[in-house]
Amino acid sequence: MSEHGTEEQAAARDATSWAKSVSRLNVSEVPEGAVNINVEGKRLASPIQGFGKMWQKTYQVRLPVERVSAVDLIATWKRRFPDFWPKGNAFYGPLTGIEPGDVALLNMALPGKMKLSTGVMVLYADEESFTLMTPQGHVFAGWITFSAAEAEGHTVAQAQVLMRASDPIFELGLTLGGHKQEDIFWDQTLTALAAHFDHEGEVDTKVVCVDNRRQWSRWRNVWHSSAIRSTLYMLGAPGRALRRLFRRDRAVA
Amino acid sequence: MPEAATSFEVREVSGGARVIDIKGDITAQSEDVLMDAHNRASGEGVKAIVLNFSGLDYMNSGGIGQLVTMLVRAQRQHQSVLAYGLSDHYREIFELTRLDDAVGIHSSEDDALAAV
Repeated sequence: MSEHGTEEQAAARDATSWAKSVSRLNVSEVPEGAVNINVEGKRLASPIQGFGKMWQKTYQVRLPVERVSAVDLIATWKRRFPDFWPKGNAFYGPLTGIEPGDVALLNMALPGKMKLSTGVMVLYADEESFTLMTPQGHVFAGWITFSAAEAEGHTVAQAQVLMRASDPIFELGLTLGGHKQEDIFWDQTLTALAAHFDHEGEVDTKVVCVDNRRQWSRWRNVWHSSAIRSTLYMLGAPGRALRRLFRRDRAVA
Repeated sequence: MPEAATSFEVREVSGGARVIDIKGDITAQSEDVLMDAHNRASGEGVKAIVLNFSGLDYMNSGGIGQLVTMLVRAQRQHQSVLAYGLSDHYREIFELTRLDDAVGIHSSEDDALAAV
C-alpha cells in the first residue's frame, strides 16, 4: 500500500471512531427505570473542567489468550457492557452495544439506598478500545477507557479512569470512601468480565495522583450536581405520584 | 504493549517558548515519548509550549488522555500550552473533549508565537 493510501486508511478509521462534536447532550429515548434529569442538555466535562485532585486509576485483569483474543474481548465487552456491572447499578444504553456518540443513562447505587441518576456519552470506540465521557454534574469530570491488548500469552483487559471530582461535595465524598467504592466497582466489573470467559481473574489496581491541586475556580460546578438533583428528585417522588393519581381520577370522572 | 509510531522533536523558537513537532500517532502508548519531549522543552524560563500537530496521523482517546496529563504538568510549571496545525477533524475533537478550554488553538506557528 502507498504511503498516501495508508494515511487515508488511518484518517478514515480515526474519523469513524470518534463521536461527532456536540455542544449539549441529547437523550433520544428514556428506557423504563431510567431517569433523565442529569443528562439532557448538559455539556460534556473533561478533567480540565473538574474540581478535585486529578487521578489516573488503572484496573487490569489477565486472561489466557487461548480463552479470548483482545479484539473478541472488546467486542463482547461492548455488546454486553451492562451485564458485567455490579448488582444494584444500571446502565441504560442502546441494545445494539457501544457506538461513538451514543448517550447512556445510569442509575448508580449509593450508600443509604440512594440512587444517583446520571449518564455518559461514548466518546470513542474502535476494535481495541472504547471510551465513555461524563457530563456536567456526574460524580467526576473525565473519562473511562476500556481496552484490551495481547502480551506474553495473555489478553489484558483494562479499565482506566482519568478524573477529577466534579465539585467540592463529590470531592469530599470520594475522599471519605468514594474512591474505595469505585475501586471495588471496577474490581467486580473486571472479575465478572473474566468470569464470562470462564476465568477466575485477579484484578490489579494502580492509582496515580496526576495533580494534587484542587481547581477552586470550579466550585460552582456544584450547581449541576447529580447527587443534589437526584436527591431532590427522590424526595419529590410522593408528590409526583399523588399528582399522577389526581390526574387519572379526573380523567376517569 | 507496543511503542506508538511517534516522534516528538523539540525546537527552541524564542527564549520563552518551545515548539514540539508531533509526527505519527498519539495513543496511550505515547506517554513516555510525550513526557520526554515535554521535559526536553521545559528549560529554565520557558513560559509556553507550542504543539505542532501538522504531522499528526492518528489519535485515539488514549492519546487525548496523554495530552491532558501533559497539560497538567505544564500548568504545574506555570507554562501555557498552545497548538497549531490541527486538521478540522482534530480541531473538532479538541472541542468535543473540551481541551480547547485550556489549549489556545491557532492557525499557524506565527499566530501561536504571537499569542505567547
